[in-house]
Amino acid sequence: MDKQRGRIFATLTTTRAAGGRRLLGMLAALDPSVGIDTIWVIVAGVLVMFMQAGFAFLEIGFSRQKNAGTVIAKILTNFSISAISYWAVGFAFAFGAGKLIGHKGFFLHDYGDPDKTFPIMGFSHATITAKFFFQFVFAAVSLAIVWGTTLERIKFGVYVIYAIVFSCVIYPIGSHWVFGGGWLQQHGMQDFAGSTAVHLIGAVGAFAALLHLGPRRGKYTVEGQPRAIPGHNMPLFGLGVLILWLGWFGFNPGSTLIGTDGRFADVVVVTNLAAAAGVLAALGTMWLKTKTFDIGMAGNGAIAALVAITAGSGYVAPWAAIVIGAVAGVIVVVGVLAIDKKLDDPVGALSAHGLAGIWGTLACGLFTSPRLATLNGVGKGGLVYNGDFTQLGHQALGVVVVFAFVFSLSWLTFWVIKHTYGMRVTPEEEDNGLDISEHGMYGYPEQFIPAPELVGYGGGAYRTVPPAPIASTSEV
Amino acid sequence: MKMVAAYIRHEAFEPIRTELLTLGFPSLTISEVKGSGRQKGITERYRGAELTNYLRPKIKLECVVADADVQTIVDTILKHGRTGAVGDGKVFVIPVEQSYRVRTGESGEEVLQAHPDAAAATS
Repeated sequence: MDKQRGRIFATLTTTRAAGGRRLLGMLAALDPSVGIDTIWVIVAGVLVMFMQAGFAFLEIGFSRQKNAGTVIAKILTNFSISAISYWAVGFAFAFGAGKLIGHKGFFLHDYGDPDKTFPIMGFSHATITAKFFFQFVFAAVSLAIVWGTTLERIKFGVYVIYAIVFSCVIYPIGSHWVFGGGWLQQHGMQDFAGSTAVHLIGAVGAFAALLHLGPRRGKYTVEGQPRAIPGHNMPLFGLGVLILWLGWFGFNPGSTLIGTDGRFADVVVVTNLAAAAGVLAALGTMWLKTKTFDIGMAGNGAIAALVAITAGSGYVAPWAAIVIGAVAGVIVVVGVLAIDKKLDDPVGALSAHGLAGIWGTLACGLFTSPRLATLNGVGKGGLVYNGDFTQLGHQALGVVVVFAFVFSLSWLTFWVIKHTYGMRVTPEEEDNGLDISEHGMYGYPEQFIPAPELVGYGGGAYRTVPPAPIASTSEV
Repeated sequence: MKMVAAYIRHEAFEPIRTELLTLGFPSLTISEVKGSGRQKGITERYRGAELTNYLRPKIKLECVVADADVQTIVDTILKHGRTGAVGDGKVFVIPVEQSYRVRTGESGEEVLQAHPDAAAATS
């Protein structure tokens, strides 16, 4: 059935007859796997889109209240820029055919046979628009990760400039190499849903931005000692974490791109086990260190574990997911505490997405089950199964290449921005908060505008004539 | 005894507090206040509509000290509070009639002395 459909497809699209297209639609309608795959990919894509709300609440919770509103403006702007950029060129660079860079399917226009233009996703019967939407929300997630390190002091325009470069060039090329059919993947690098391709790329962009941006005012004493700048709302942070956790059930399981075989449910379980292990490991590590059950670290542990299992979610057994998640939970605590001494990363993005992304990618080289490697058709089993370091080597090469590529391009982009437009707001604007200085309005107006200024413009008193005394039941 | 009441910028407070502590004056109170003076208001735009906010946030710092120490306190506040721009704030010195420490019932200037531990911690 499939081969036949492909042949007819090829014939029809070359002739491009209008009647042929209708026939093609009818053929697709006969094949239920098209509908099932498409529904699953779109549902998963919508879940991933919701992760934007997760990032927003996580960042708002970890910001001070004078910088709460700006996060919403940023998320909306970035998501929109990414949507149009990725449709125009990003998707073609990332998933079009090509070894170094994709070069087919710009503007989703005249792409002919999708299985030839976007060959790497040919195994799924979902329509190409479904696959595009799914991959676009991944690009938007990667972009959202970039800004975690830059809260509370960056100029708004920087988001706009870098978002265009990132969504058109940096993310598409990096992800093409890793999971778009590019040379790293052909080489045997395993990254099921993007520990490297999405999370590490975002975190490396965040690292480059932070190096140019510097710490928030008051983060370090004159002697260089770090001080906590507590975020203003842990409940919102927790909501963000849970939304991200939910979204990850689209992120990893959706990367199967197939709804007909039910395999995505395995990925759901693996993903969830890792996240659970991450929370407990992060809580435990923090308890050993400070003898308190740290709320922020519990959340960071969940995120780090989800990031780490992203690469292995389609490659590892459930027991290995627990190991990967637990190690990520430890890594994120140690990483946040170490990085905080020198670099001001308000949400811990460098640890949760960067270090955990590296760990997750390398973990494939340790824990990939040979059966699943064969099933996915990429690479081979990991070290614990066959004592062979080959796969670990592929994974390490991938991490190094992606880091070097994304860091150099991002560092350069931010360098240019810094020396033309500027990266930081003025110290006075930073003290007043980005909400009022960049957007002219507060996220929480009543915290900043005295209530007396908000009432009384209409003449002051509530009543011009005193009310007539009325006997009430209490007086009787 | 005098009370020094200073209306200052938020960012001036931490350097002032640190220096007063090293000078042996750990006892002070602050409040988040909003007030107006020569500093202009700030205009907020809420979905296109404007709202001018004339009262600006400041920190009110209060500190009761012996007469001889007043100048030290005032000098510290002036040193760290001054940016040169409108809105740096004002300092007032107000006479205080009597003081009591609640825990012991002591009264007079003895109440104003730093705790021996606090004094030791700064050296």
